[in-house]
Amino acid sequence: MISEESKVRFAQEVAKYPEDQKQSAVMACLAIVQQEAGYVSAESEAMVAEFLGMAPMAVHEVTTFYNMYNQQPVGKYKLNVCTNLPCQLRDGGKALKHLEHKLDIKMGETTPDGMFTLQQCECLGACADSPVLLVNDQTMCSFMSDDKLDQLVDGLRAAGDK
Amino acid sequence: MLAEQILSQFQATGVQTCFHGRHINPQIYADLNGSNWHLKDYESRGGYQALRKILAKNSGVTADDATASGMTPDQVVAVVKESGLRGRGGAGFPTGLKWSFMPRQYAGQKYLVCNSDEGEPGTCKDREILQFNPHMVIEGMIIAAYAMGIAVGYNYIHGEIFKTYLRFEEALEEARAAGLLGPNILGSEFSFQLHAAHGYGAYICGEETSLLESLEGKKGQPRYKPPFPASFGLYGKPTTINNTETFAAVPWIIRNGGQAYLACGKPNSGGTKIFSISGDVELPGNYEVPMGTPFSQLLELAGGVRSGRQLKAVIPGGSSSPVLPGSIMMDCTMDYDSIAKAGSMLGSGAVIVLDDSRCMVKSLQRLSYFYMHESCGQCTPCREGTGWLSRVVDRIENGHGRVTDLDLLDNVAENIMGRTICALGDAAAMPVRAMIKHFRPEFEYHVEHKTCMVPLYV
Repeated sequence: MISEESKVRFAQEVAKYPEDQKQSAVMACLAIVQQEAGYVSAESEAMVAEFLGMAPMAVHEVTTFYNMYNQQPVGKYKLNVCTNLPCQLRDGGKALKHLEHKLDIKMGETTPDGMFTLQQCECLGACADSPVLLVNDQTMCSFMSDDKLDQLVDGLRAAGDK
Repeated sequence: MLAEQILSQFQATGVQTCFHGRHINPQIYADLNGSNWHLKDYESRGGYQALRKILAKNSGVTADDATASGMTPDQVVAVVKESGLRGRGGAGFPTGLKWSFMPRQYAGQKYLVCNSDEGEPGTCKDREILQFNPHMVIEGMIIAAYAMGIAVGYNYIHGEIFKTYLRFEEALEEARAAGLLGPNILGSEFSFQLHAAHGYGAYICGEETSLLESLEGKKGQPRYKPPFPASFGLYGKPTTINNTETFAAVPWIIRNGGQAYLACGKPNSGGTKIFSISGDVELPGNYEVPMGTPFSQLLELAGGVRSGRQLKAVIPGGSSSPVLPGSIMMDCTMDYDSIAKAGSMLGSGAVIVLDDSRCMVKSLQRLSYFYMHESCGQCTPCREGTGWLSRVVDRIENGHGRVTDLDLLDNVAENIMGRTICALGDAAAMPVRAMIKHFRPEFEYHVEHKTCMVPLYV
């Protein structure tokens, strides 16, 4: 279930919009849900729908339309590597391959220990920083050479639950 | 070490991409260092002086102040028109003209929206504006709101740059605390409130009506135009939408005058422009230069083609703009007219450079996949056509191409163009047609030999 703290954040988002336009906050509310629960479940959608006075299906349409919402649980760290053309020209594809090898999974999969989910993604808007990846929808990592990718993965593994 | 600390080691600093000292007469990126983004820093660079100038009369500044007369909304629009500022998001529509479309006497709520949903492959300029100089965008939006009599605004920010969204929220708090946003700004009669919203991964939301749908809490599918946002925008109210860089240009124009801005660039292309240079250059990054700067000079600022290789092709205005051979590009200047005359578009100013080791089929394959992935599915020609294009380019790249495929690609592209609600269909079709037009032998080689003419591609 969604925490009271998240509900306070929901209210802050709703306050940005006219009183009769609470639905405008749905994108932010779903992002808050995902941050707390790791993904957007049908139960979460129903809860957001009730909070905003929307039909659950209208919330589901949003979850399924936007790429960054996780419709299923993902690993502790979701790594989204950009492979669009500007990144492809600067080793974006190589970075993805390196991570596949390092994590011993294919893109789209999660490591058996549940630590990492690896995904290819579209333009992150950081083309000059390539190779670039987004961790858990919030932290962008730039100029990710193979060495840095190793440091990132090893570091996050060592950090464990900290 | 904590996970948070580990992640922070890899975050961009802007040193290579923005604070490299290789801009030419910068206005937006001038004197930035990554830490001086706060309100007090911006004010020390002359920030919010333009706003004070236009509100001077209302805010009771003494009569001996040269700017005490203030400016009327009409005067602000006139100066922006005079400046020649054109929309920096891609379409290049004259900003002052757009502002004049807003119904001035409209009794109800009107809205101002900033399009910071920067997702056009190759473009990464707005991110650094919002990250390193957020108050310039806020000031530009306040001035725009004053000019059009708008009380509420939203800045819709690309969800992928979430930390930048949080930074912008912080800057908004600073502005509110200083009385620069909210009721009776700087003691004047003018009130304006501004909020930040974020996307969550949909390229289509960079299209303005799709962005409005998203801001209303729906899936981002574009609306028919007309009606245009100026008459039917956010929540059905009159709305003006401009790009981040467009708003950021406004304070300088008000401080220095429309003529001065126009003089920075070229006729019909006033001011400076930030070019995001990516791909095969030594120093990829953002470069703010006067409109009309020769492409060759821009390429030099970015350190030239990587590893001393030859320039093969340039996609001059983001992935949707038609590719141009290097030889044609080397004769172009970076402004709307020159690039249009050469057969492409200045677009968002995202310059993707390809060197002579690049296979154009493989390059197009990735772009076509992107447009298929991001088509919103609303219009049949785009939904089906982008998939068709992607699959055909895919089979050519993978050695299964047929001799009829090049004509098929051209035909499918032609049948998408102009037959969809928004420009995504055109954006998917234009790169295909331009690639085949300029690099047909490479595509034919692929079909005939089932392999690449340029085997070096990594």
